[in-house]
Amino acid sequence: MTVTASPPLAPARSRWQRARDSDLMYSFLSSKLVMLAALMTVLMVGSAFLAPLIAPHDPYDLRSLNLLDSNTPPAWEAGGDPRFRLGTDDQGRDILSTILYGTRSSILIGIFSVLLAVSIGVSLGLWAGYAGGRVDSVIMRIADVQLTFPAILTALLIDGVAFAMFKSASAGPAKFWVLVVAIGLSYWVQYARTVRGVTLVERNKEYVQAARLIGIGPLRIMFQHVLPNVLSPVLVIATINLALAIITEATLSFLGVGLPATEPSLGTMIQIGNKYLFSGSWWMVAFPGVTLAALVLSVNLLGDWLRDALNPRLR
Amino acid sequence: MLAFAIRRLIEAAFVMLTVAVLAFLLFRFVGDPVNQLVGQDTTLEDRLRLRQQLGLDDPVWVQLGRFLWNAARLDFGISYQAKQPVMMMIADRLPATLELAIAAALFAILVGIPMGVYTGIHRDSWLSKLFLTVSLIGISLPTFLIGILLIYVFAVKLGWFSSFGRGDVVRIGGWTTGLLTASGLKALVLPAITLGLFQMTLVTRLVRSQMLEVLRTDFIKFARARGLSRGAINFGHALKNTLVPVITIIGLQVGAIIAFAIITETVFQWPGMGLMFIQAVQNADIPVMAAYLILVAFLFVAINFVVDLVYVRIDPRIRIFDKAG
Repeated sequence: MTVTASPPLAPARSRWQRARDSDLMYSFLSSKLVMLAALMTVLMVGSAFLAPLIAPHDPYDLRSLNLLDSNTPPAWEAGGDPRFRLGTDDQGRDILSTILYGTRSSILIGIFSVLLAVSIGVSLGLWAGYAGGRVDSVIMRIADVQLTFPAILTALLIDGVAFAMFKSASAGPAKFWVLVVAIGLSYWVQYARTVRGVTLVERNKEYVQAARLIGIGPLRIMFQHVLPNVLSPVLVIATINLALAIITEATLSFLGVGLPATEPSLGTMIQIGNKYLFSGSWWMVAFPGVTLAALVLSVNLLGDWLRDALNPRLR
Repeated sequence: MLAFAIRRLIEAAFVMLTVAVLAFLLFRFVGDPVNQLVGQDTTLEDRLRLRQQLGLDDPVWVQLGRFLWNAARLDFGISYQAKQPVMMMIADRLPATLELAIAAALFAILVGIPMGVYTGIHRDSWLSKLFLTVSLIGISLPTFLIGILLIYVFAVKLGWFSSFGRGDVVRIGGWTTGLLTASGLKALVLPAITLGLFQMTLVTRLVRSQMLEVLRTDFIKFARARGLSRGAINFGHALKNTLVPVITIIGLQVGAIIAFAIITETVFQWPGMGLMFIQAVQNADIPVMAAYLILVAFLFVAINFVVDLVYVRIDPRIRIFDKAG
């Protein structure tokens, strides 16, 4: 036996019309700041993923690098080279292209680690809230303990241990997934707590009791019946978390325990640029820094807006 | 109260034990301690002898027990990289981190509270809006980026402060301090601001919202009716009533300050424990990592324990289990 979703009440209206008339769309269109943030995010994410097509150079292609080109200032400064609009770094990589590729890896790590954190947090939260009793108290104690440590410290510790373990094999792809796991494991607590809270309420509602009565298994009830009701707070937390994950990745890479220096990422670019700050090569750190700040700010603004628009009670 | 304290104490002990076991696993199974300690031309017999000496042939349980016992006595073995006792290295670097953390906390309190009071009283003035916008940016930007920005403006361009190291330090007993020399104080300014900025914005926002709430209450209106001066009302009555949550938050943030010191110390090459940890990670110096892990965990557990107790003590209305859930 299955409980099918009820058909839409007004089938005459298309999906697009419903989206246009929704509260979400209304609040989106009524704030210029939010629209600007959305535009920035789309632009940055879009150009990051189109990097192989639009970047003037390929920072992965070692043959195209020339050390003679290194430390070139932006094109409009004295000594600039029109081939490198935003200048080059110490290895002769074009800053603009490296930023495009770097933003791509930063965003990808952010997205994957948020996905990991969501799956861990939501599963544990559902389980704790639905099962209750001993399971609940064990999971929530673990969550409390982890919450006493700042997430960035947890990520740093996991990443540091992994870094020490796989020192020999710290090639780009391996480090990428190490970072995803380290960041993902550090941010699951908030989802678990929120989902558990909602599940505790939903568990006693009639539709769950009805589902249980007709013999649907607990896993199916949790994921098919309760889960849709907890999705909007999860979406809000995930958006704000994406900004945090991007910051964490950049911080770890900046500290030298994230992606290796050959792998373009906003954090490693800033780390490299920081070394040349005193010699006056400000562009090496300024452009990736501004990119990172703009990305984080836009995503944060979107998250704040989602929080207010989707669920005013969360404030 | 006592039952609560005991339960929390048992919990804290459990957390510490878990962290210590993790540190032991890290110490024992990541890399071979013997290989790390000796050179490449050491003979096999020498290696075996060293293995015997370090007790690496004993059963794992015996080794774990020994590790825990040593850790309880603050003996964390010898650093692979520096070849000196880890505890000595930590004792050497602890003053630097503590001075930085205290300076950052003072900055957060001494700047954050007045800013919070001001923005709470004059909620619509342009200066308040400026403060709040700046604090929003302060929260959104990553710590290391703020540090680099400060270095570029105040050290590279203006040359007011130094941007790396501690400057000249004075040794008093086992403690080195940079607070007594001009170059030491100059070196402290930028890292302290970088580290304390986030907490400063936190304090500002907290004091502001508390002030807004308190200023609406009847006893403030009554104080105004009695004709008390504005200063006496704002600082003597209103501010005093906002301080309980502020003190709690500051207490909890001490741990965060220690954690974020890792980043600040790396940006400013500040010779503290955080920088030591990052260098240990880069060199796979496991004993130093294990020691840092245990110390930081202890610090956090201790702070949380104290804050929990203070919380219950100050405000008995708080239902402990609500807070935990």
